[in-house]
Amino acid sequence: MIRVVLPAHLRTLAQIHGEVTLDVAGPVTQRSVLDALEASYPVLRGTIRDRDNGRRRAMVRFFACQEDLSHEAPDDPLPQEVTSGAEPYLIVGAMAGG
Amino acid sequence: MSSVRVLVGTRKGAFVLTSDGKREDWAVSGPHFPGWEIYHVKGSPADPDRLFASQCSGWFGQVIQRSDDGGQTWSPVGSEFSYDGPAGTHQWYDGTPHPWEFARVWHLEPSPGDPDTVYAGVEDAGLFRSTDGGLHWQELPGLRGHKTGPSWQPGAGGMCLHTIILDASSPGRMFTAVSAAGAFRSDDAGDTWRPVNQGLHSEGIPDPHAEVGHCVHRLAMHPARPSVLYMQKHWDVMRSDDSGDSWREVSGNLPTDFGFPIDVHAHEPDTVYVVPITSDSQHFPPGGKLRVYRSRTGGDDWEPLTQGLPQQHCYVNVLRDAMAVDSLDSCGVYFGTTGGQVYASADAGDTWAPIVRDLPAVLSVEVQTLP
Repeated sequence: MIRVVLPAHLRTLAQIHGEVTLDVAGPVTQRSVLDALEASYPVLRGTIRDRDNGRRRAMVRFFACQEDLSHEAPDDPLPQEVTSGAEPYLIVGAMAGG
Repeated sequence: MSSVRVLVGTRKGAFVLTSDGKREDWAVSGPHFPGWEIYHVKGSPADPDRLFASQCSGWFGQVIQRSDDGGQTWSPVGSEFSYDGPAGTHQWYDGTPHPWEFARVWHLEPSPGDPDTVYAGVEDAGLFRSTDGGLHWQELPGLRGHKTGPSWQPGAGGMCLHTIILDASSPGRMFTAVSAAGAFRSDDAGDTWRPVNQGLHSEGIPDPHAEVGHCVHRLAMHPARPSVLYMQKHWDVMRSDDSGDSWREVSGNLPTDFGFPIDVHAHEPDTVYVVPITSDSQHFPPGGKLRVYRSRTGGDDWEPLTQGLPQQHCYVNVLRDAMAVDSLDSCGVYFGTTGGQVYASADAGDTWAPIVRDLPAVLSVEVQTLP
């Protein structure tokens, strides 16, 4: 079970309270987690990644285990702590203005 | 008794202001979608309880919201705006070709007759239509695909399609305006378009009389006299008496002819409202005095409307989509400012009072007149 934490605005948009838990088939990567998230919550399509090219939106960041994974390859495996559910995968709105 | 519902989009959420026909006491609902930019909220003339809102954010992109109960509850609908076919290019600020890239929806224009049909004007300039209540959007590519498209350039605020006028008296006739390309007309429901900018004069472009390249800020039309259009251009207030085929300047005695919004009285097609702004580099009213100007002669001759508006130390702007009129008798006029005030006049502009004073910067104001 993968745990995902969303920023407040996206929790509101998707009517999510607290963390999201996802079952991810196959390798657990940023791409597979985000695919599963968007499949469960279609309203999030386009809010985290560009709809057309799948790239992270410029002012969205991905963190896990105190590391910034935003620039890692989307098909790289996520840390074992995320795969096991010990640590959440964090989707964060970048600190910028307001 | 009739009532009015004022739909306000701001930099940090949407607000719904309601009053009875006297328009003296107001109930304020909001912020809806707090923290998000709400470029525009507009109701369907065919079903006034159906509202559409453009919600966007620099972080999370575009969302379209729909309410079916007059703004009490909302649900996200479709927000996929994919240009039809190859994206193509327009001119970038430095003159180089730049791919068309969707940024946001500036304006939503519901169909007068079908509550499921709504048009969206987007940045980079394109026109989209939904026929299923906003669930799915298809581009009407004839506009962006006009032969002049590759020469269009963004204005300072981006290359936005900000005005959509549907002429209910003439099926298939539509007008749009793009900053900074100009005004366009379709006579076949949006399949094909032609620029309608003859008579415009813009000093800021290489050929002041060019077919396209004019920074049109806003168009307005009275539905009972659809051949007459009014335009607030970057500079100049213009009028066309032939559905845009030609334009003449009607700035007349305005203190400055720069501004953003323009609107027409609900019952008097020759009564027009503008808000003069000092200049393109000073986006505030001349002398710090916020004045709506009204012409009762279809332009040229303008009178300042000041009663109830701040006449000193006022340095707000009024953006292009932030003025609207109701259809009560007498006509109500409304506008919002970048300082967060929404002003209302229940007597066609003679006197004004703020409905709210301290909202986030107002991006858009629309009004519904309800039975």
